Amino acid sequence: MSYHRYDAVIVGAGGAGLMTAIQMAGKANIAVVSKLYPPRSHTGAAQGGVAAALGNTEEDHWEWHMFDTVKGGDYLVDQDAAAILARDAIDAVYELEHMGLPFNRTPDGLIDQRRFGGHSRNFGEGPVRRACYAADRTGHMIIQTLYQQGIKHNVTFRDEEFLLDVLFSENGECCGVVTRELTTGEYHVLHAKAVMIATGGFGRMFKITSNAMAGTGDGVAIPYRRGVPVMDMEFYQFHPTGLYKLGILLSEAARGEGGILRNNEGEAFAARYAPTMKDLAPRDMVSRFIYEEVKAGRGIDGKDYVHLDLTHLPPEVIDAKLPDITDFARTYLNVEPKTQPVPIQPTAHYAMGGLPTDLDGRVLADASGNVIPGLYAAGESACVSVHGANRLGTNSLVDLIVFGRRAGRHMLKFVDDTSHPTMPANPDRPAREEIDEIVARPSGENAAEIRERLQDVMMDKVSVVRNAGGMNEALAEVESLRNAYKNVAIQDKGNIFNTDLTEALECGYMLDLAEALIIGALAREESRGAHYRTDFEKRDDSNWLAHTVVKMKGDKLELTKKPVTVTTFEPKERVY
Amino acid sequence: MEVTLRIKRYNPEIDEKPTFREYQVTVEKTDRVLDALNMVKWHDDGTLTYRRSCAHGICGSDAMRINGRNRLACKVLMGEVGDRVTIEPLLGFSVIKDLVVDMDSFFAGYRSIKPYLITHDENPATERRQTPAERERFDDTTKCILCASCTTACPITWTNEEFVGPAAIVNAHRFIYDSRDQGGRERLRILNQRSGVWRCRTVFNCTDACPRDIEITKAIEEVKRSLLTETY
Repeated sequence: MSYHRYDAVIVGAGGAGLMTAIQMAGKANIAVVSKLYPPRSHTGAAQGGVAAALGNTEEDHWEWHMFDTVKGGDYLVDQDAAAILARDAIDAVYELEHMGLPFNRTPDGLIDQRRFGGHSRNFGEGPVRRACYAADRTGHMIIQTLYQQGIKHNVTFRDEEFLLDVLFSENGECCGVVTRELTTGEYHVLHAKAVMIATGGFGRMFKITSNAMAGTGDGVAIPYRRGVPVMDMEFYQFHPTGLYKLGILLSEAARGEGGILRNNEGEAFAARYAPTMKDLAPRDMVSRFIYEEVKAGRGIDGKDYVHLDLTHLPPEVIDAKLPDITDFARTYLNVEPKTQPVPIQPTAHYAMGGLPTDLDGRVLADASGNVIPGLYAAGESACVSVHGANRLGTNSLVDLIVFGRRAGRHMLKFVDDTSHPTMPANPDRPAREEIDEIVARPSGENAAEIRERLQDVMMDKVSVVRNAGGMNEALAEVESLRNAYKNVAIQDKGNIFNTDLTEALECGYMLDLAEALIIGALAREESRGAHYRTDFEKRDDSNWLAHTVVKMKGDKLELTKKPVTVTTFEPKERVY
Repeated sequence: MEVTLRIKRYNPEIDEKPTFREYQVTVEKTDRVLDALNMVKWHDDGTLTYRRSCAHGICGSDAMRINGRNRLACKVLMGEVGDRVTIEPLLGFSVIKDLVVDMDSFFAGYRSIKPYLITHDENPATERRQTPAERERFDDTTKCILCASCTTACPITWTNEEFVGPAAIVNAHRFIYDSRDQGGRERLRILNQRSGVWRCRTVFNCTDACPRDIEITKAIEEVKRSLLTETY
């Protein structure tokens, strides 16, 4: 084991982690830990754009963006956070441009903007051009640009180091992390005054997902096991347009540029459900439209998919603005989008829930808003909450840059005012013991099979449409898988780059998060945003205009409610 | 379809030297090579080791030699590679384990060309202006995902450790021709050194290997031309 001391450790090198790091670089002694190389982070897969009310191509105001965010989140959004998101987005996008991000441009040389689902002018009158973009690889450009800035500012990157534990002092202050270096198997204790969790989402618990294989929720699950709460876990977004069977994302930008969803009769069915926004209604709704079409027997060939039709778009628009996603259709389905419709189905995409934080990224200890000193979270692993019950397209990238930046600035002040808390004795012991036990077990359960069963049941019973019966079955299955996991065994017993081991650990993390997700979903007896129940089809503001907070207490889970902050927009029925 | 994967295995904790091992798997033609590797790892031999993450050609983790060509395992379908597939680690880097190579020298090359926007002026209150044509000038080289397919396909890098390699030049190109950047001269000076662009023998292996279809050899040629024609 080797010991290192930093002012702050940032776990995760995607957009949120790097944005935090750049705020602190050169001003505090920091390290960025990632189980990947930073540019491999899943922020790089984001496609369509990052929203900001720049008003470059038509009139726009941050208050409109705030309203869309609140309405898109089915009023579960904390409105003080949404105001910051929409207002700070403008500056944050300019900051990205100043860092060198190569946005597409208008003829006048300004950042170009395009339409995206749920983004409207004048509080819902019709679509607005708000998404700033770089072709259909905006996330790629963000991750590259932020990594480049990290290099410029000499940030210490601890690449390919796997997070094993988050450490707390006797007084409950966060005081560092335990990691394992993949190439050598060496354990590291990183003693710090502050720890940022920016490890992204956990879409890999579902069978069909747009998420990277690294998206296993490590940084959420580990603090959760240590008693840190998770919030609004039941809100998991299914993106309507995943490539059929593969789940690979085809950006909403395809519809923003004019793409249309069609059923087996060739009908542009979204207009029937959402007369104003049509195909650009928010994702939760469009995913449900697809579900309804398939249920009514209007899926293509009677199967569980529909078509995304781009054939009427000028070929040069496809080449200039949607090159990557059309390449995916060619590579993986042998479909030419210029002449053929693309088979798509909803794909598990984004966790609205995660570690609850305040407006500066500080993780909350409970539903009353007490903070855990030294522990921060941002991005998909956090829940501020700006996405509420359903995130709007492009708002994930906005979340990363706005709240990554705010958290970084707060952490800088915090580490300046604090000294290193005392670490627990033998800080790496629990992590080592867990690993030694798995490695020493001569035979037992196969983690891959446990994971596949988890993915099947989550997709089947806890995805776009839910009910108590199905979710109780899913809960029973997850409990039995958690039991099986206690006996998990691996074949690779070595120290060097042991991905047999890391995949087993990741499976364990997802099992715990899946349980929390189902507990939240069962408790919430209403339908709101991405959480749609056939047994409770209506939104219930009198009982459920509240966040769910789930905490592990020994073997038991405790669920409490946290009120939603409503400042400007009273909850209304959500019509598009 | 039934296929045989012939995979070059090496575990430094056990093996003295690399050896090929064969695995039989049943796949669909539309499965990715990565899916086939996953089938082996998850249901046959958990010790098989490779990097992977996004599984759709965006993150750059799973570059490897597939039937002698550098490819991303997630961007090649089984139907394209035949029923006997040879899979090896990238050439030119030391092997950490199985298909995982040491990327340190690759990222050192990338860092050496100052891969970040260099400006000496104050930032404006809003965005800097850039016309669509100016933006288009360097579009191709912004697509790089740092997978190292090009650099490890280049015969010069196999024998010359000094050469920064195609990927580093691609990323220098991305900034040299960005109208907002003011560090072009610094980068051109770096690329004019012994380790720079003049090592390139225009073999085109890099362009063939790029999973993002970047015209790498052309980008290198443009840098060479700037060195010959511009004062810097």
